[in-house]
Amino acid sequence: MLSTYQYPTFSYRPSEEQRTGTVKRHPVVIVGAGPIGLTAALDFARRGVPVVVLDDDDTVSIGSRAVCYAKRALEVWNRLGSSKRMIDKGVVWKVGKVFHGDSQVYQFDLLPEPDHKIPAFINLQQYYLEEYLIDDAMKTGLVDIRWKTRALSVRDEDGRVVIQAETPDGVYQLEADWLIACDGAKSSIRKMLGLDFVGQVFQDRFLIADVVMKADFPAERWFWFDPPFHPKQSTLLHMQADNVWRIDFQLGWNADPEEEKKPERVIPRLKAMLGEKTEFDLEWVSVYTFQCRRLEQFRHGRVFFAGDAAHQVSPFGARGANSGVPDTDNLVWKLKLVMDGVAPDSLLDTYSDERVAAAKENLLNSTRSTDFITPKSEVSRTFRDAALELAATQPFARSLVNSGRLSTPTTYADSRLNTPDEDGFQGAMVPGAPATDAPLEFTDGDTGWLIDRLGGSFVGVYYAGSNPVPADVADAMDQQTRGRIPVTWIVVTDRRTGAPGTAVDYKGRFRERYDAQPGTTYLFRPDQHVAARWRRFDAARTTAALTRAIGL
Amino acid sequence: MAQLITENRFSSPDAFYEALIETHRDLTPEQSAKVNAKLILLLANHIGDMEVLQQAMIVARGEAG
Ligand SMILES: Cc1cc2nc3c(=O)[nH]c(=O)nc-3n(C[C@H](O)[C@H](O)[C@H](O)COP(=O)(O)OP(=O)(O)OC[C@H]3O[C@@H](n4cnc5c(N)ncnc54)[C@H](O)[C@@H]3O)c2cc1C
Repeated sequence: MLSTYQYPTFSYRPSEEQRTGTVKRHPVVIVGAGPIGLTAALDFARRGVPVVVLDDDDTVSIGSRAVCYAKRALEVWNRLGSSKRMIDKGVVWKVGKVFHGDSQVYQFDLLPEPDHKIPAFINLQQYYLEEYLIDDAMKTGLVDIRWKTRALSVRDEDGRVVIQAETPDGVYQLEADWLIACDGAKSSIRKMLGLDFVGQVFQDRFLIADVVMKADFPAERWFWFDPPFHPKQSTLLHMQADNVWRIDFQLGWNADPEEEKKPERVIPRLKAMLGEKTEFDLEWVSVYTFQCRRLEQFRHGRVFFAGDAAHQVSPFGARGANSGVPDTDNLVWKLKLVMDGVAPDSLLDTYSDERVAAAKENLLNSTRSTDFITPKSEVSRTFRDAALELAATQPFARSLVNSGRLSTPTTYADSRLNTPDEDGFQGAMVPGAPATDAPLEFTDGDTGWLIDRLGGSFVGVYYAGSNPVPADVADAMDQQTRGRIPVTWIVVTDRRTGAPGTAVDYKGRFRERYDAQPGTTYLFRPDQHVAARWRRFDAARTTAALTRAIGL
Repeated sequence: MAQLITENRFSSPDAFYEALIETHRDLTPEQSAKVNAKLILLLANHIGDMEVLQQAMIVARGEAG
């Protein structure tokens, strides 16, 4: 097998606690340095909170795992300062094609709208993603990743979490105010706490091959049902960085995983697909079964579950890491406010409420896609094939063809942190929705993006349009900038005024996407979700919405 | 709420029935199953109303009150 990637090795260093035998109490311990644990660590560091991360391994993700990262996860990494390297290295794509037999039945465009900073999707091998996150986390000086350190036991007792950790030097104890379990789909912390992880396993196997080749396939997602080169099953082709291509072959439940992984079985399959003349090398081959399951609750006292430890989906739709990243996006600001004594402990329950709702949405989508790709009964297969055949000529049937509904962010529509609308609004930016981007020009003449100005703290956006900002509004905003829960205010105008702190909606996208009229005011949470909106600015209402958004 | 119409709407019920059976002439059971599935999908999309469709599914399964 060829290797386009050099796996880094992070050296194990005995911690001072273990060397000196002192038990130390940390504000936050994260178990697992996968994409989710690393994102959480970086988020804490960006907020000035030191974190300890325990990981039982000493390198990044090995083999064929996540490939596609969606806009929302990239926006979270953008907020944390890590998205640029990923996007530069990754393959940007937005078009997906679905074939049945040898003809195309369906095509979709994931970002039909222009004027967004972050692309709809990039493809990048998971090891690069983790490597970049580790680099960025280390640069903060606040993240202490302890490699070759396995969490053996976790107990939530007497207002703290007690952790036994095993290293090459033996077992030592550490304590934390809060623990975040990002220890993956096989989470041992879940088992330590005796929590059920229920759902379904799909009776199917998939051969996942990473293949190095110079091919002239476009940077698009191609999915085949019943292709001539792999009859009766499905196949997926996707481009990654370094001329590596991800190819999935559906094998059926009766396939023998050990046999199917052998190059003498894999190479003929690939030749049938790519043509005899295409030269390629295998980089990695594995056989997977997929499951859809989740924890009932993501908070258990001082222990939080995030990422695959909390929920697991099939990869069709790329909803794994893409839904784990918003978990930590949701959790970290809440935990920081509780640590600072600003928000009540009950705010942390909303982490579970909001992210369980998101997990349900992801599981539903993932289960539906898997049911279409892997029909569970004869009649289910008959309907599936009927839909595929009709799709060639009947436009409606194309909408039924489900090769994976790609990850989209969840609107926390029922969250009790939202202030329900009192005024009439159109469009998607309802309370609970993640902010959509818009290009803006700032007073220094720089063009930039709304998404770069949201997040970290609460942010208020006041749309003045072509009107000046009334003096009392400006005063009230100024006071809120210095309040107990500080709000950063941005004034958006429809033309250059030269006033400091204003942003010009020079393409009118803000007005359009936020249904803004002069006076329209939005309040965004530190995770960029809409907390409240009004047709005119009102200081008392803003304060009430803030209070509500921190669970008071 | 939209209601599934269960009173007769055919101007010629016998002609419809004959056409339905005719559609399946010379088909194997597998081919017939596929034709039926396509028919259901086409008609369901034509109706388009999820409430009506759900009522029909309940009646078809024999679980109507
Ligand atoms: C074939 C395939 C394709 C996929 N494609 C996509 C995709 O396109 N897009 C997408 O978003 N997702 C995709 N996924 C899912 C994605 O890989 C996962 O969702 C993601 O890795 C979850 O990250 P995590 O940090 O929660 O867990 P993991 O990545 O599993 O990380 C858990 C970490 O915890 C460590 N650990 C475990 N137990 C302990 C312990 N007791 N003590 C210390 N450390 C411990 C492990 O060593 C590991 O480093 C795919 C998955 C597969 C298998």
